[in-house]
Amino acid sequence: MLKYLIEKEFKVIMRNKFLPKLILVYPVVMMLLMPWAANLDIKDIKVAVVDNDRSPLSMELVNKINSSTYFIVEKYAVSYKEAKEMIQNNEVDLILEIPENYEKDQIRENSAKVNISVNAVNGTRGAMGGAYLSNIISEFFSQKSGSGQAALIDVATQTRYNPTMDYKKFMVPALMTMLLTMLCGFLPALNIVSEKEAGTIEQINVTPIPKFTFILSKLIPYWIIGFIVLTIVIILAKIIYGVSPVGSLAIFYLLASVFVLVVSGLGLVISNYSNTMQQAMFVMFFFMLVMIMMAGLFTPIDSMPGWAQVISGFNPMRYFIEIMRMLYLKGSGLADLTRQVAALLLFAFTFNLWAIISYKKKN
Amino acid sequence: MSKGFSDREKVIEVSGLTKKFGNFTAVDNISFDVYKGEIFGFLGANGAGKTTAMRMLCALSIPTSGTALVANFDTMRESDKVKSNIGYMSQKFSLYEDLKVWENFRLFGGIYGMNEKEIAEKSNLMLDELGFMSEKETLVKSLPLGWKQKLAFSVAIFHKPRVVFLDEPTGGVDPSTRRQFWELIYKAAHDGITVFVTTHYMDEAEYCDRVSIMVDGRIDALDTPRNLKIKFNVEGMEGVFLKLARGANRKEI
Amino acid sequence: MKQFLIFVKKEFMHIFRDSRTILILLLMPAIQIILFGFALSNEVKNIDIAIYDQSHDAASRLVIRKISESPYFNLVASVDNLNDANKLLQSGKAKVVAVFESNLYNKILHEGRGSVQIITDGTDPNTSNAVTRYVQAIIGEAQLDMTHIALPVTAELSMLYNPQMKSSYSFVPGVMGMILMLICAMMTSISIVREKEVGTMEVLLVSPMKPIYIILSKAVPYFTLSLVNLTTVLLLSVFLLGVPISGSIFWLIIVSVIFILVALSIGLLISTLVDTQVAAMLISGLVFMMPVMLLSGMIFPVENMPFILRAIVQFIPAKWYILAVKKLMIQGLPVGYVLTEISVLVGMAVVFTTISLKKFRIRLA
Repeated sequence: MLKYLIEKEFKVIMRNKFLPKLILVYPVVMMLLMPWAANLDIKDIKVAVVDNDRSPLSMELVNKINSSTYFIVEKYAVSYKEAKEMIQNNEVDLILEIPENYEKDQIRENSAKVNISVNAVNGTRGAMGGAYLSNIISEFFSQKSGSGQAALIDVATQTRYNPTMDYKKFMVPALMTMLLTMLCGFLPALNIVSEKEAGTIEQINVTPIPKFTFILSKLIPYWIIGFIVLTIVIILAKIIYGVSPVGSLAIFYLLASVFVLVVSGLGLVISNYSNTMQQAMFVMFFFMLVMIMMAGLFTPIDSMPGWAQVISGFNPMRYFIEIMRMLYLKGSGLADLTRQVAALLLFAFTFNLWAIISYKKKN
Repeated sequence: MSKGFSDREKVIEVSGLTKKFGNFTAVDNISFDVYKGEIFGFLGANGAGKTTAMRMLCALSIPTSGTALVANFDTMRESDKVKSNIGYMSQKFSLYEDLKVWENFRLFGGIYGMNEKEIAEKSNLMLDELGFMSEKETLVKSLPLGWKQKLAFSVAIFHKPRVVFLDEPTGGVDPSTRRQFWELIYKAAHDGITVFVTTHYMDEAEYCDRVSIMVDGRIDALDTPRNLKIKFNVEGMEGVFLKLARGANRKEI
Repeated sequence: MKQFLIFVKKEFMHIFRDSRTILILLLMPAIQIILFGFALSNEVKNIDIAIYDQSHDAASRLVIRKISESPYFNLVASVDNLNDANKLLQSGKAKVVAVFESNLYNKILHEGRGSVQIITDGTDPNTSNAVTRYVQAIIGEAQLDMTHIALPVTAELSMLYNPQMKSSYSFVPGVMGMILMLICAMMTSISIVREKEVGTMEVLLVSPMKPIYIILSKAVPYFTLSLVNLTTVLLLSVFLLGVPISGSIFWLIIVSVIFILVALSIGLLISTLVDTQVAAMLISGLVFMMPVMLLSGMIFPVENMPFILRAIVQFIPAKWYILAVKKLMIQGLPVGYVLTEISVLVGMAVVFTTISLKKFRIRLA
């Protein structure tokens, strides 16, 4: 019985003018473009310099800043006011103001100070930029002032798993998760409700198909689509970004398939409760946005307030992203992932059981 | 009764069936029996409660009270067994438009547990009888309405159910297609399938072995078309219907 | 005109009859702005840190105490070999391990040089960078306590427009752009395509109404709904999230209205391109969601993107809107600074509407 139903699902999906293209093209385009966009790397921050000192020392400082990969000295301004105008026009991200007598203070009293004004509206760029610039200036200062006032404790940093600190490497697994969630979540959410709108569900409800079989016949196609999408993105990640899983590929597929069951199950639950495709779409869309935003994809979960962290505990995507990053980038094994795997299994079980129960053959 | 159905096996037994939606009683305590091989016409104005009653018999809707046995199974407690023994054709065309003609047969045959070989043979047989072989590979959505409805009927009786429920099967099609459709119904009845059909075409009522007429959720008359005409002293079923409908409170919806 | 009003009324009735959808449409923006306004933050804090102390002396203890007191760190474990440290990193139980060399205090006092090694989990480069800076700052403080030699203060930082560095300041404009864009575009496209799919569009088109009015009558209710949403979002931002409207409210609303019009015209465009609701939804939901989220500068700075992407971004209306909102709302700049944004948005609205009306007419012919 199941065989015929699944066969039908595939035929209906394949004959749709739009779906097969979406399933194949969307992941490719997103994988090609988005890792370049999703970038919080701090580099090329534009600086406006207001040099009130115009001394050899101040020029040396400006040169040093300009030679760093983080900063570009974009403009020189004669006054702070002019520089602020540049910030307002979004021409620069921050202002470095060197006071008069900077060189003199430095040589005589060994205590020169500059002012940095940051456009803090652009959160990360501003805040990080300001901090980096302070670092460069302190470094410059200690070089100039000799050993007298330098740091006595040396801090050596060693970066694991992503030694080049490549942001793309960090974002690729996250994007893969997003793609999988969107395709395997939205499509099932529209599926059952579209049968309701077309009236075909009526013809199905009058047959003796067990609810379990019916839901299974809706899940399996998306499960297979999930595999296809996953394979496409894994290959693209390898070819374009050189990112391939450090951990076991087999375990990765296994866990991804559990995750697909979770999102498809959620989609089916929503589909069951909706009367029109429009409703299903909006509800799914709402959950999708909340899931994506609260998953630690773009902003760290540790930075959220306590209550938000609790909410994110109910977000299946969060666990899968943790799995992705650990398995893909750090090569963790199943033993390190028990908590996440248990959470995903629980979600998969709950959502799909719910989908079976909420599918009403009669009213 | 005239054709002596009453000594035959009962296929549908309804007693005290009621469905309420809030304060509104859509189906009000109806009771009747339908016998094997019968063509049972279920008449009534729009909104009289025909579709609701039929959906309860198909175990698609849960009655507020009362019982219905279909093919000797209780629609409430043994709904899956009921469903294995019935076919259903809804008012709104509801086959898969993105599947080809034969694929719809295959799907529903498969759902009812027929095997590949049975399905293939039976599809060809049915398409042949319908004179529809040339359209075997056509997508259902590109068929004209009349053909779609004949196809829907064939799919509904494909697994040889004991009863087939038809909800306004000939709505919106031309008279000649309607006549062809009724030939299919006769053939099915001849093969032993009990036919339960709702309609509001009074000429179609004449083709039924027995008809019941629903007014405001109740069954106000049930007999052979001939007896009804005698009883109400009118020429055709139209007259019977008008006389009964005069007492109706519900407006057409 | 009277006829037009009747049509608009019909559309309103149609929307309001579906109480579930209306509820979602009104609640969704509110919940999202609250949730994201409070929860999203790029500031790195509460980092799980593990300690490997080989020194166990005054210096290491002081630094460890300072680490455990810092709001940025969350001391999760103390290990006594590198192997355990690696395991913690591998399992994600710690994001960073601080390793103190033995005899740290003596080395600082007598050799004038000690060292602390930080091993970070670099999967998230941002966190990793921040961790290094935090640890450096803490060690600087510890050094001052121990030796009374301070690290010199060489730069004074001032955070313009957002002195407390609240993340909501940078996320609110983005969330506004995203919500308005997606809801308007999605609603309009779906409702028009739905009529096409059901076949009622034909009926409308044979009526004596001009097609443009039919389209307009569909857009008016969603436009109204978007205004309601805009109001909710602004009120919540100001009174709940504490994001001020530093500039002119009038111009902020004007710009938002223009943006809503752009979104509606995109919805219109989508509806002329596709025939089924599913396609309309998937295009407006899926195909638009990612770019709006990732390319509009809402989370990721446009300046960081490579040239080609920066070029593409120019065609994303949300980018211009978010920029304008940041300027008007947060920076409190006069309208003179957002003229470019306004003209680009107006231009987009005109272009999209023209194309879709043309396409619409071609279909009729």
